[in-house]
Amino acid sequence: MSRPAPMPLPRATLPALTVALLTLPVGLGLFFTLAPALGYMGTGEAPFMRLADWPGIGPATRLSLSTGFAATALSLAITALIAAGWHGTRAFALLHRLLSPLLSVPHAAAAFGLALLIAPSGWLARALSPWLTGWSTPPDLLIVQDSAGLALIAGLTAKEVPFLLLMLLAARSQTRSEAHARVATTLGYARAVGWLLTAFPALYAQIRLPVYVVLAYSMSVVDVAMILGPNTPPTLSVQITRWMADPDLTLRGVAAAGALWQLALVLAALAGWRGLEALTARAGTALAMSGRRLHGLNTALRALGLALGLAVALSVLAGLASQVLWSVAGYWGFPDALPDDLSLRTWARHGPMLAPVALTTLLIAGLAALFALALVTGCLEAEARHGFRMGAGGRLILYLPLLIPQIAFLPGLQILMLTLGLREGLWPVLLSHLTFVIPYTLIALSGPFHAVDSRYFTAAASLGAAPNRRFWRLRLPLLLAPLLTAFAVGFAVSVGQYLPTLLLGGGRVTTLTTEAVALTSGGDRRAIGAYALAQTAAALLPFALALALPRLLFANRKGMRGG
Amino acid sequence: MKYALAFTALLATPALAGPDPESLSDGLAPGEWQAVLDAAEGQTVYWNAWGGSTTTNAFIAWVGDRVKEEYGVTLEHVKLSDTADAVSRVLSEQQAGQDTEGAVDLIWINGPNFASMKGQDLLFGPFAESLPNWQYVDVENKDVQTDFTLPVEGYEAPWAMAQVVFIYDEARLPEPPRSMPALLDWAAANPGRFTFPQPPDFLGSTFLKQALIDLSGDNPALAKPVEAADYDAVTSDLWAFIDALTPNLWRQGRAYPQTGPRQLQLIADGEVDLAISFSPGEASTAIANNELPPTARTYVLEGGTIGNASFVAIPYNSSVKSGAMVVANFLMSPEAQVRAQDPEVLGYGTVLSMDKLSEDDRAAFEALDLGVATLSPAELGKALPEPHPSWMTRLTEDWIARHGVKE
Repeated sequence: MSRPAPMPLPRATLPALTVALLTLPVGLGLFFTLAPALGYMGTGEAPFMRLADWPGIGPATRLSLSTGFAATALSLAITALIAAGWHGTRAFALLHRLLSPLLSVPHAAAAFGLALLIAPSGWLARALSPWLTGWSTPPDLLIVQDSAGLALIAGLTAKEVPFLLLMLLAARSQTRSEAHARVATTLGYARAVGWLLTAFPALYAQIRLPVYVVLAYSMSVVDVAMILGPNTPPTLSVQITRWMADPDLTLRGVAAAGALWQLALVLAALAGWRGLEALTARAGTALAMSGRRLHGLNTALRALGLALGLAVALSVLAGLASQVLWSVAGYWGFPDALPDDLSLRTWARHGPMLAPVALTTLLIAGLAALFALALVTGCLEAEARHGFRMGAGGRLILYLPLLIPQIAFLPGLQILMLTLGLREGLWPVLLSHLTFVIPYTLIALSGPFHAVDSRYFTAAASLGAAPNRRFWRLRLPLLLAPLLTAFAVGFAVSVGQYLPTLLLGGGRVTTLTTEAVALTSGGDRRAIGAYALAQTAAALLPFALALALPRLLFANRKGMRGG
Repeated sequence: MKYALAFTALLATPALAGPDPESLSDGLAPGEWQAVLDAAEGQTVYWNAWGGSTTTNAFIAWVGDRVKEEYGVTLEHVKLSDTADAVSRVLSEQQAGQDTEGAVDLIWINGPNFASMKGQDLLFGPFAESLPNWQYVDVENKDVQTDFTLPVEGYEAPWAMAQVVFIYDEARLPEPPRSMPALLDWAAANPGRFTFPQPPDFLGSTFLKQALIDLSGDNPALAKPVEAADYDAVTSDLWAFIDALTPNLWRQGRAYPQTGPRQLQLIADGEVDLAISFSPGEASTAIANNELPPTARTYVLEGGTIGNASFVAIPYNSSVKSGAMVVANFLMSPEAQVRAQDPEVLGYGTVLSMDKLSEDDRAAFEALDLGVATLSPAELGKALPEPHPSWMTRLTEDWIARHGVKE
């Protein structure tokens, strides 16, 4: 009896499948958004004219640009200041520890927490009233949903700083930024200034695509804008979502035209950002060449970085805390800092309805994260075995679903499915989640994958281990911690998806996220708190497992416990 | 697993879809009920209903438990943020030629959405008046056979009565304004203390209609399509009122609550003193759920307020019409109606006639404590009829053009 030949890993199958999952939904979706926008498919006359006639088009366009730019610039600045002023210190370790879990807090939950905090009747005002402010009724101030989108910018920034900080940390290993910063210090530059002038440019080149993702996302986000953004008019993406849902089908054409306008805005903004990069680089170079050491600025920059970093972390954490409190609150009138009494009534009321929704959420997220992890690991292994590396084009494809606004291609996908007579449901939702989960999984895994010392495999090969055996017995165990982390990242991304679940689920697939966002349109803060917390817990759970499992499995091997 | 169930149901339906889909396509004839019950068993009904109110969601979940126990019908609540979503869904299916196995089996509907669906042949029927529990419905005194002036003709089944009331906090506002002109004066004296849900939210549009009726002295033109009226003349007082009111609204009218329940939170937060509601029992229910202060009360305007019925309808392309009718019938049962009227649960007005009920059922209704903030039928008075649905559409469009975009 001869043993069956081990299955070889073909060079192109898995990468091709991955590329298809990344590009096909985007491409088909864009195409089927284009057709109704041009007035085909019975969507009425001249959708672009009707879009231009919408009285809110000017303000909505301005809002999309201003909130997107401001949120991205602010997030990047805070991230850079934290790293510049505090890298290598205990304060940095603390901030890092505070911010990392926030990465997995779903956007909607973070936004809702912020609203509970900063509204005129929010927790901050309650805590300070009436003893400090003298308010017995909340002031009539437009803080949340303000016309300029300031609350929206704050909410986006609070969620993007953790993302960019983690990207920055991951990029450190690929640059000589620390060496640059040390040289700057020996040349007499203070910590923050030296880091910004020497280390940051190299790091920025590495995190450029993630920054673009933040810009594209901030300009076109729907769920956060529904919670924190203005309504007279809303942002462009929210208005497009409303047109998509209108019973007047001719508005689908207007929605499609709006989606293309949104896409054009994002592309223009990316080009504009690119221009700003060049200007900033020139200014930075001039500053560096001037040789000025700017000692006076150093302390201010460090203080600002720490203050803003703490503000970001604390605002999200306090927002979550206020959700906990609301979910167990009895009557809680203004200006009481705490509820009259606490009870588990809300959880008892909603628990039975929450459980099946939580199960659906975990099922979709678990499957999406697992498929994505298998694909991504397969791709990386194929790369390693066949000796090729993802080039610039590959990176662009990887980031494509994150750079093209969801609102620009998901409506097209929904139209395509309806045209083909396909039923919305669990599988389309799962597939659409994969499109967004794969990029983040690959981003999370590729660094650690390439960091494994290749001499292990050379040694194993010389001892007679075949490629598959090397993969299963050596590569996977060595990578257990990063594999689990990548799974957790994918899981959290899937849990947080709102628009794909809404549009491709046809209303029949309810997840904790769609439920929480639907509830925010009502006013029951106790219920919203409960759902938002369940959503956050669902996203955080795998991270806790990813931290705990390697420690349990490799209790006797310090180097393999990860983190 | 709910999906496993749903998939099984999908696979199973072609074999046992109703008594005979063809005979049902013209509606339900009296006497066919046993066949409907037989066919309904094992069906899964997707009820598309607004999901923004946690009390309604809990009630629908209870209905699901009961029809499962009683008739073997599985009810799935598709929680909509806007009923129009479901209407557009059926419409797209019709246009795509999907005339069976539609995604929507039952829909909570009334007014313009009903007019639009009935007008485009998107509804199954007539069925409502052949349902067994129709015998208890108060067709004499309650407006359940017309919906926004349109004849229902059995194409939707009523399940709750609604009437506009205003909610206020007695502790903060002892004497609330009892007419629209009084509201305007009060708002001018107390800027920032009133708001209404942002149209096109139906409650916001209802506020516009209520104001129009109150200011125009219930003009008979409102009962006819808007095209037949001198629109500018009928509405000039309304727009003068809204233009004067808006700067004195909460946040100077630069932001609005997006839905009705949001206003309750605003009252509880002390941000506003007055809110419009379409459910006389909502305030009592909200007090029970800690969402309103115990001192919240309700009142109606001196000139009366608009009332209407909530209905459920069945899209023409549902493949589980039997199951949907079983649910519609259960909603009209004394058991479901008592529960819906209980302010601890929902606080909705019943569609049934007390005179037609058995003694036990009547006793169950009489035993209900309607709650501290709920008006008695006498205090509510006779509800004013809804204007023709075209008025709601036109007023909403106009409001959006005038006040929906601030910058």
